[in-house]
Amino acid sequence: MFLNFFKYLNKKILFVILFITAPLINADWFALNMTRGITDISNEVFELHMLIFWICVVIGVLVFGVMFYSMYAHTREKNPVPATFDDNHKLEIAWTIIPFLILIAMAVPASKTLIKMYDDTAGDINIQVTGYQWKWQYRYLEDDVSFFSNLATDWDEINNLVPKGENYLQEVDEMVVIPTGKKVRFLITANDVIHSWWMPAFAIKQDAIPGFVNTAWTKVDVPGIYRGKCTELCGKNHGFMPIVVKVVEQNEYEEWVGIKKEEAQKLAELTTKEWTAEELVSRGQSVYEVNCVACHQTNGQGIAGIFPALVGSDIVLNNKERNIEILMEGVQGAAMNSFSYLSEVEIASVITYTRQSWGNDEKGDGEVVVPKDIVDYKEPKI
Amino acid sequence: MSAVIENHHDDHHHGPAKGITRWLYTTNHKDIGTLYLWFSFAMFLIGGAMAMVIRAELFSPGMQIVEPEFYNQMITLHGLIMIFGGVMPAFVGLANWLVPMMIGAPDMALPRMNNLSFWILPFAFFILLSSLFMEGGAPNFGWTFYAPLSTTYAPPSVTFFIFSVHIMGASSIMGSINVVVTIMNMRAPGVGLMKMPLFVWSWLITAYLLIAVMPVLAGAVTMMLMDIHFGTSFFNAAGGGDPVLFQHIFWFFGHPEVYIMILPAFGIVSHIIETFSRKPLFGYASMVWAMLSIAILSFVVWAHHMFTVGMPLAAEIFFMWATMLIAVPTGVKVFNWVATMFRGSITFETPMLFACAFVVLFTIGGLSGLMLAIVPADFQYHDTYFVVAHFHYVLVPGAIFSIMAAVYFWIPKWSGNMYDERLGKLHFWLSFIGVNVTFFPQHFIGLAGMPRRYPDYALQFADWNMVSSVGAFLFGFSQLLFLFIVVKTVMGGKKATDQVWEGAKGLEWTVASPAPYHTFSTPPKVD
Repeated sequence: MFLNFFKYLNKKILFVILFITAPLINADWFALNMTRGITDISNEVFELHMLIFWICVVIGVLVFGVMFYSMYAHTREKNPVPATFDDNHKLEIAWTIIPFLILIAMAVPASKTLIKMYDDTAGDINIQVTGYQWKWQYRYLEDDVSFFSNLATDWDEINNLVPKGENYLQEVDEMVVIPTGKKVRFLITANDVIHSWWMPAFAIKQDAIPGFVNTAWTKVDVPGIYRGKCTELCGKNHGFMPIVVKVVEQNEYEEWVGIKKEEAQKLAELTTKEWTAEELVSRGQSVYEVNCVACHQTNGQGIAGIFPALVGSDIVLNNKERNIEILMEGVQGAAMNSFSYLSEVEIASVITYTRQSWGNDEKGDGEVVVPKDIVDYKEPKI
Repeated sequence: MSAVIENHHDDHHHGPAKGITRWLYTTNHKDIGTLYLWFSFAMFLIGGAMAMVIRAELFSPGMQIVEPEFYNQMITLHGLIMIFGGVMPAFVGLANWLVPMMIGAPDMALPRMNNLSFWILPFAFFILLSSLFMEGGAPNFGWTFYAPLSTTYAPPSVTFFIFSVHIMGASSIMGSINVVVTIMNMRAPGVGLMKMPLFVWSWLITAYLLIAVMPVLAGAVTMMLMDIHFGTSFFNAAGGGDPVLFQHIFWFFGHPEVYIMILPAFGIVSHIIETFSRKPLFGYASMVWAMLSIAILSFVVWAHHMFTVGMPLAAEIFFMWATMLIAVPTGVKVFNWVATMFRGSITFETPMLFACAFVVLFTIGGLSGLMLAIVPADFQYHDTYFVVAHFHYVLVPGAIFSIMAAVYFWIPKWSGNMYDERLGKLHFWLSFIGVNVTFFPQHFIGLAGMPRRYPDYALQFADWNMVSSVGAFLFGFSQLLFLFIVVKTVMGGKKATDQVWEGAKGLEWTVASPAPYHTFSTPPKVD
């Protein structure tokens, strides 16, 4: 009987039910408390949290204890004649002074920990963290290494079209790598709106604010992969710009820096290469998917009223110069920011992609933009 | 307090006008109170429907029901509507009904302005809600509307939002002036300041807070308007402005605003606990002083909402200590309520049930607030569901339970009919269970690391989110029962006596039930 019921269920509905309930298997009913984290500071914060928590529990038990006792023992049935007292000065003084002392007992250790956290002297490694709608950029100031870190979870998982992976919404295409045992200082800022860089395992949460550079530091001794999130509402994809930090031993870190530098070298070489339109379009598509789809959408239609369509846009169709200018400078007073932080190859290819896709090549001049054009644009104009 | 009343004989000469004009042109404090209360109830249901959308989307991981863009519009409107449309007008409605009756005044001091301050409100919310149908959608930047997300990056409807906030602010300021002038000038002979019922005291303080901070909010939104349309750069870093300045201004309004939504609740709960404990309120004077201290402290703690913006160490420590200090007067109030119940002769009618739940659940919200004040720990709590749990504990079983308690407590006086006690208790228990199932697990979700304002979340948060959503649906649909109970009581039911509650004290219980259209045309005598 019961099995029959399932047989008749539409397969599609079954899938939906499956996807909705499947996460419960991965879920953690015991994730009730703050994580202790892995640094000295995060441990101190955890201890502080537990201290205050237990103080609050004791206060609660005492106050509610008296209250529940009254609710039980002083009902009209049990105590038909109410007392008539309405003040008691000794008691009132006591319950003003005692909480005051308890508060001082909490505030003193809290202030001490805070002072430790506020050490903003330079680190052994200094990383500039910049929030963008909706990704993070990391620049290693000493090593001239720089990259973007985007959500790696597939949108099909988010839209319940395929099962969700283990690190659903907590995975990125490129992790921040830091070595163990070194003081790492993060210089946190933003390019567009306010974001907030939160790494629970290090007890760091600092707002990333355009025009400001906030600092935070950590020293991690335990290698591993740690996951965090953006914690300031920053628009549509606020929930989709996670942070992943990989902590490795010093030698592994140096190796990684070497690889990153080589990559940068190769990218520089690409700029001078001769590009065909097809190469640019295919490279441009991947750039577009990472940087542009959130607003202009996969089909280039944008979102009416907020994000303009690229399909049939006069600039995309016929005005190559203005097209480059917008990418490089942004649009004043609108959500479109400068993308000049991308490489010449990326900018050239993504412009070419938009000019050649969705039928734009037929309607407009379909002119190709090559990396050289961007290099020329960047030349000082006299 | 005792009083001699002899003023209900010629009321029928001055009864209400007939038809719709009664409500449009009314300058009667009772009619305007009723309008405010019904309006806030409507907003409560609309804002609640939005909460249902939010909880339905969060029922399980993945995007199922709405798009992230629309989700952000829902959280923004839910917050704005519940605060400015639900809680605040409900308290103004209660003030309209009760303040004149409690101090023995015939009406509010400025009746025509009273009419105006109500009737601009529906337009404000019509504008705000209509933004849902505009190109680009409704405001999507959270009820705290931090710049530059709310300026440079906002949808075009932000201009309508600004206009709407201006109207709400004007309405609040007019309402507050009215309350202050009424209380200061129209108390019956013998009602000294320290003899005023606590609800009147709580509203006097609230009104001053409103007059102090609503202009600050108006300033903030005007600066936004200038940034958006007139090329200024108050909050635009690229133009030399300061996005953090916005947060300072906003929270200088925002923190007193939080107490605006809880002080009248303190007043209400004091009356109810006193009445059903059949014992004088413990520590009347300390209750007044506690409210005054809370109000004054509310002006020097605003930056505890901004511990992560990168303030200097000294500022962080100052705001931490100042914030913790608020626990002292708040504690005094809780202790006083418990001491009032102690050795009383308690019965648990619906208003008392809500009041008891208020004391316990508001205290839980207060204690989590104390935890949030600890800056290093706040770095972990900030902008997570722990904060969501905290402020919903003080706002839902805090402010909103107090409003429901007040409705059950005074509706016999307003309508002349007793509500259905059985249904009232059922409503209480459904709400009590619903509210805790909704918001208690959010403490866990937040501590485990789920940020607020996320339309989708990682898998480890799935279970408690589902529990929270189930609780929210229970709480949400229970409020339809509340609507039914209120309508049923207004339509008819057991006739209420003038005294209504055995232990009730105060001038409002000396007039007939339902309260005549005009009360205290001649001031009562109060010893």
